[in-house]
Amino acid sequence: MSSSTEHADALAELIAGRIPDARGRFGPFGGRYVPETLIPALDRLEEGVREHLRAPSFQQELAAELSSWVGRPTALTFAGRLSGRWGAKIWLKREDLAHTGAHKINNALGQALLARRLGARRIVAETGAGQHGVASAAACARLGLPCTVYMGAVDMERQAPNVGRMRLLGATVVPVTGGDATLRAAIDEALRDWVSDPLETYYLLGSAVGPHPYPYLVRELQAVIGREARAQIREKTGALPEAVIACVGGGSNSIGMFHAFVPDRDVEIIGVEAGGKGPALGDNAATISHGRPGVLHGTYSLLLQDADGQVQETQSVSAGLDYSGVGPEHAFLAHIGRVRYESAGDQEALDAVRTLCETEGILPALESAHALAGAKRWAERHPGGTVVVCLSGRGDKDMPTLQRTLLKGDQ
Amino acid sequence: MNAHESITAAIRAANARGEPALVAYLTAGFPSRERFLEDLRQVAEGADVVEIGVPFSDPMADGVTIQRSSRVALSQGVSLGWILGELERMTPRPRAPLLLMSYLNPLLAFGADRLAETARRAGVGGFIVPDLPFDEGEPMRAAFAARGLALVRMVTPVTQPERLRRICADSQGFVYAVTMTGTTGKHVAVPQEVTQYLDAVRALSPVPVCAGFGIRGREQLERLRGHVDGVVIGSALVETLERGADPAAWLRGLRNAER
Repeated sequence: MSSSTEHADALAELIAGRIPDARGRFGPFGGRYVPETLIPALDRLEEGVREHLRAPSFQQELAAELSSWVGRPTALTFAGRLSGRWGAKIWLKREDLAHTGAHKINNALGQALLARRLGARRIVAETGAGQHGVASAAACARLGLPCTVYMGAVDMERQAPNVGRMRLLGATVVPVTGGDATLRAAIDEALRDWVSDPLETYYLLGSAVGPHPYPYLVRELQAVIGREARAQIREKTGALPEAVIACVGGGSNSIGMFHAFVPDRDVEIIGVEAGGKGPALGDNAATISHGRPGVLHGTYSLLLQDADGQVQETQSVSAGLDYSGVGPEHAFLAHIGRVRYESAGDQEALDAVRTLCETEGILPALESAHALAGAKRWAERHPGGTVVVCLSGRGDKDMPTLQRTLLKGDQ
Repeated sequence: MNAHESITAAIRAANARGEPALVAYLTAGFPSRERFLEDLRQVAEGADVVEIGVPFSDPMADGVTIQRSSRVALSQGVSLGWILGELERMTPRPRAPLLLMSYLNPLLAFGADRLAETARRAGVGGFIVPDLPFDEGEPMRAAFAARGLALVRMVTPVTQPERLRRICADSQGFVYAVTMTGTTGKHVAVPQEVTQYLDAVRALSPVPVCAGFGIRGREQLERLRGHVDGVVIGSALVETLERGADPAAWLRGLRNAER
């Protein structure tokens, strides 16, 4: 059997809803590589997902909160002036308008509701850019659950506004100074917390990474982005777009955006990773472009690592994309060729922030700006084409970084 | 006798002397890369089985001591390949059987078959892989089994009975019974629930049962006596090496107190 036939079969399995399989595999990727101590907690979570996620009472509760508290559906905005500048028809899926300012709330709320049903006493979460931490803190406050957020010390400095927000929302924020002091070390530390109390603590993982069932659970909770966007673009233009584009760090906004479009084989799907300062190991966070298969944080996926299997530090102006791994479903989508992954560097992302501010009056998150940079390139290749970009979050949190970069010399 | 049987035999020999076996852990290349083989020799003098830690960038099951030792070892350029090379050239080899304790990714990067062959040549008797749970064992398990190397499995106080039985039946060399839910290096009080859990594991296991995580001193050893076939001493020994104290004497001190 040729590999293209295998890939077509794998895509058909995915569309039929049979991936991940019972062992949490997306083709060769995924699985559960965690200490034995966490296995009963993962078994219980898996059972909880099976029992509650599709249950009408859970879906009604989630839908009501998404509508009245998160503010869904989020708008699909035609970016007219941006389209004029870049030459294609660019539509923005406005996750920046969701409560707490990013798509992260979709997952945080859903998992917090699930945790409450599972009888969790406390929630732990990790955060990179701080958006998942803020979303988790807000969801826990809403549901009356105590919340502890682990955050790398480096990220606490560059995303300072979010640290204050989490604390105001009642969360305990614990600085992580070990390892690379960014998202990766924060996940290590959250896992250490969880392993100490696996049955009473719920680990609210923020991206489509980690051991099964997290990549599946996060996808299901974020898939609302793509479902809404697909219906909205058809309503507004009468057709599907030619392409959808989202940024990829761990990959939660992107998998949420892509999932509904995967069966639409004429729609090109593009993920944009953080190209950082350049292609050398350690200078970027472009895991799919430069990584090799390996195990980090409980999942077998692509990974930025050296020849000895040590996980490499990453570099990106965007804290939320600054991660050495990537969700196993993205590794799978790249493997079967359904999604094309490329990378955009720090400067391209910063340029896109400025352009979107100037043309549309929207300050995007630095993460989302990578997707915009990808859209700019797509527009050059497809003048007059229609593309939907996931604007995953707003950029207020990035002001310390923007002061040092785009606004440098403006004082 | 193949490699995994020699591990079991070393533990049983200690038991025959009326003692729980001492399984001693050190992080390879910590505190100093140059002293690795000398430290290993001294540790092996005081221990029945030695676990050599392969440093990893993301040691998620470990507490602060082994996080620190791993970071220092990595910064000195210690790698799995270097460790195996050092072990291969070590003469004479220690009497105590050697195990490698490593997170999965460095093993995957080395390659399962190449690893098993190189480890066998270097006199390694088996592996402990803290992030490789029972269901995800292949292809490592098959590669190790083909060369008689042990894959030592871990069980924990929260492992469900049916799974416990299957893990014990599969584990080679010994069963590593994690004493608590948590990371390495904390102090465990050894309450009655822990000894009851260890008794239950021992009743199921065809191979010896060694308790590890948070065992730091004589008092705990005394509490565990009669409930285990061996104990794993990790962070407390790493701290002893860090202080520059004699590890063999420190391990003998634990043993003497047992009498």
